[in-house]
Amino acid sequence: MKVLYPAVRSAIQTLTYALLLAATAPVIAQELNVYSARQEALIKPLLDEFSAETGITVNLVTGKGDALLTRLQAEGRNSPADILITSDAGRLVRAEQAGVLLAKTSPELEAAVPAHLRSPQHYWYGLSVRARALVYNLANVNPDTLSTYEALAQPQWRGRICVRSSSNIYNQSLVASMLAAQGAAKTAVWLDGLVANFARPPQGGDRDQIKAVAAGLCDIAIVNSYYLGGMITSKNEAERAAASKVGIFWPNQDDRGTHVNISGAGVTAASGQPELAVQLITFLTRDTSQQWYAETNNEFPVRGNVPVSELLATWGTFNADPIDVSELGKLNAQAVMAMDRARWK
Amino acid sequence: MEIAPASAQLHPSRWHGMAWRAGLILTALTVALPVLVIGSSLFTPYSATWAHILDTVLVDYLLNSLALMLGVGIGTLLLGVVTAWLCATCEFTGRKFLSWALLLPMALPAYIIAYTYTGMLDFSGPVQSSLRSWFNWGYGDYYFPEIRSLGGAICMLSLVLYPYIYLIARVAFTHQSGAALEAARSLGAGRWRTFFQVALPMARPAIVAGLSLALMETLADYGTVDYFGVSTFTTGIFRTWYGLGELNTAAQLAGFLLLFVFILMAVERASRNRMQFHTTSTRSKIRRAPLHGPSAALATGFCVLIVTLGFLLPALQLLSWASTSWRTALDGQFLHLLWNSLSLALIASLICLLLALFLGYGKRRYPGATQTGAVRIAAMGYAVPGTVIAVGVLIPFGALDNQLDALSQTLFGVSTGLLLSGTLVALIFAYVVRFLSVSLQTVESGLSRIKPSLDEAARSMGSSNERVLRDIHLPLLRGSLLTALLLVFVDVLKELPTTLILRPFNFNTLAVRTFELASDERLADAALPALAIVIIGLLPVILLMRNLDKGAASHA
Repeated sequence: MKVLYPAVRSAIQTLTYALLLAATAPVIAQELNVYSARQEALIKPLLDEFSAETGITVNLVTGKGDALLTRLQAEGRNSPADILITSDAGRLVRAEQAGVLLAKTSPELEAAVPAHLRSPQHYWYGLSVRARALVYNLANVNPDTLSTYEALAQPQWRGRICVRSSSNIYNQSLVASMLAAQGAAKTAVWLDGLVANFARPPQGGDRDQIKAVAAGLCDIAIVNSYYLGGMITSKNEAERAAASKVGIFWPNQDDRGTHVNISGAGVTAASGQPELAVQLITFLTRDTSQQWYAETNNEFPVRGNVPVSELLATWGTFNADPIDVSELGKLNAQAVMAMDRARWK
Repeated sequence: MEIAPASAQLHPSRWHGMAWRAGLILTALTVALPVLVIGSSLFTPYSATWAHILDTVLVDYLLNSLALMLGVGIGTLLLGVVTAWLCATCEFTGRKFLSWALLLPMALPAYIIAYTYTGMLDFSGPVQSSLRSWFNWGYGDYYFPEIRSLGGAICMLSLVLYPYIYLIARVAFTHQSGAALEAARSLGAGRWRTFFQVALPMARPAIVAGLSLALMETLADYGTVDYFGVSTFTTGIFRTWYGLGELNTAAQLAGFLLLFVFILMAVERASRNRMQFHTTSTRSKIRRAPLHGPSAALATGFCVLIVTLGFLLPALQLLSWASTSWRTALDGQFLHLLWNSLSLALIASLICLLLALFLGYGKRRYPGATQTGAVRIAAMGYAVPGTVIAVGVLIPFGALDNQLDALSQTLFGVSTGLLLSGTLVALIFAYVVRFLSVSLQTVESGLSRIKPSLDEAARSMGSSNERVLRDIHLPLLRGSLLTALLLVFVDVLKELPTTLILRPFNFNTLAVRTFELASDERLADAALPALAIVIIGLLPVILLMRNLDKGAASHA
């Protein structure tokens, strides 16, 4: 054993030197580190484009929003992350409240992102808009009979509605918007009516709801519109066939507008280079990037004046609920509890 | 004055024993750290959300989880024990091939098999659509079992989890003393009585080891039940965390889950405390009884059916999906994903094996309440959803890193940053926390078959602990060790949630790729990486089975 000690000691010394060197070495290449709840396929191509343009390397870890937030918190002030990207406003509100984001602003960002789609205190900015629309069976439903989310609780839709589990964030955010618009009491009544109208216990994902509508198991599904877009452009013939049997309807056009959520990004409080981080977020909101979300994933741009993809154009324009999305985040827990009480699984 | 000579008389072997004990407890506690972090949340204040959970959803969570456990317990026992018994003690057409083919379902992540069966059996899937068009039925005109249901979840989980029981029990049945069985037979017990009254009790530690793995995995499953819309305790943990934004309440729920598992394991252990089965001789191996006629056909048919349902059908569905998408999925990154998955699985399974051997042998050599307790806690990570384990790793590692950084700042004025967080070290540590149970159960079940008198004899002749382990236990444990290695390897290969949250920047695995595509409901694109997991999982299965068979042959 004694023979080993000098070797071990020298190994420890070498390691210590290496660590000190690594810690003190000047940063040669510029790098940005991103934690993203948008999955790799839906963000990396844009990050690569940014790297190609600026020479700044962008490193990426993807994961669930809350798990990434926990990682940020655990890593604390030494976290390597510069930017947090999430796929809904609620997680950004949580990150803001947890103190892991840095308030940053720039004239370009303020101009690019409408006020209701960013943090009032400048902690985060919306990148793309996701709309929760109605999909209906073309053969069984006359779209003239459709109007609002509220109307889905009416008895005429008994056993005709498909929607996924209330554990899904987009359902939670829809109910949060209902809480904001109608208050807790009316929302509770609405939830009871809606749950009574379910064609089956909630299960599967949004595409499964669309397929169920196409197959006639139910007549209406509440889904994010980009899932229908994904099916229309799918390589899978069965998915395309199912998509051709349904239509899309934008609810609440005569009042507050269709419910939307955002995917968004904020600079982390631990970031050593917040200016570079702002540069990347600005890049993610510029016109060509906005168009990319539309073309790649059928999401809507945060601004109205950006030309959208051909497919989105065929769906027409719609009025979106102008509620401040940070309000949705704050109401999220209340929405989940309301859904628990209504036994929406 | 009496103290000095006493301490001076400490025999070197007593020092040795203390070192083993200390090492054992220290190792076990290190691995137990994340579980302890989660468990400690039970001692923190309970938020007002608890009242809401108790009022509304908790009963559902509990009932569904219990029903799921019960169902999967029965399902895996039925599939696992019967197939293990058939393959270990009977001879029938195709036995050699089937005995390794029966392991194949293990390579399929549970949520993937759930997706494939939904694709086939859903209302809008090919089976029901064809039925409707053939008989001109509409919705509601006919009965068809709903795949996305509690029953469906039980079937899916049973199909992919029975191999734990099969594998461990098969090793046990194969190594059972043929003499005991023959004695029972010669005393007039029939084939069935011999099975139920002799073979089954003798294999009980092994079967329970496999069963507890299957049940722990069931409790930890999130992907399948979430997709099927079954509200279990685990979905409740995530709903509380993600939906209500209450990580601490979620950790408390996970803490109660741990408590439940701990009690369950304690009860099981107490109930078989006085039962011990050791192989008296390794010579009188079971001779496989040839089956004829209908019983042979039944045996072959049963095994073929399970392999078909658990592997062949889902794999064919994946293949048909992959055929439409393999061109896009097979990009330059694919080999990289393969390499990452393989190397991680190999490293983690080797570390788990070494630790299991150390803890299992140490506990046997130096039994004691402290050691046993520490090892038990260390092996509970398997019952907790991966994401929760990841949080249990993130928090202490982050704290340690930041403490080190602060220390270095004050001592040297230099920031060390995060040394462990966000590295592969943290990820592999998490794998060990999560999967140690798998290797430990397997190794312990193997050790329990070795008679303690064998150790004593060797030691009385002056052999050291290390020599007993190397020269006596390792050769006898060969089958169990290979099994442990394989189980963890395949588990890491398909592990998702821990990898997702703990991995370093720009680091992907096959499971991560599969999940990202599947979570976006792009099943066709997810099929290729999913198939790759299955195929890579196959290679060690085949190698292992050859090795096990060879080992069995050379011992016979």
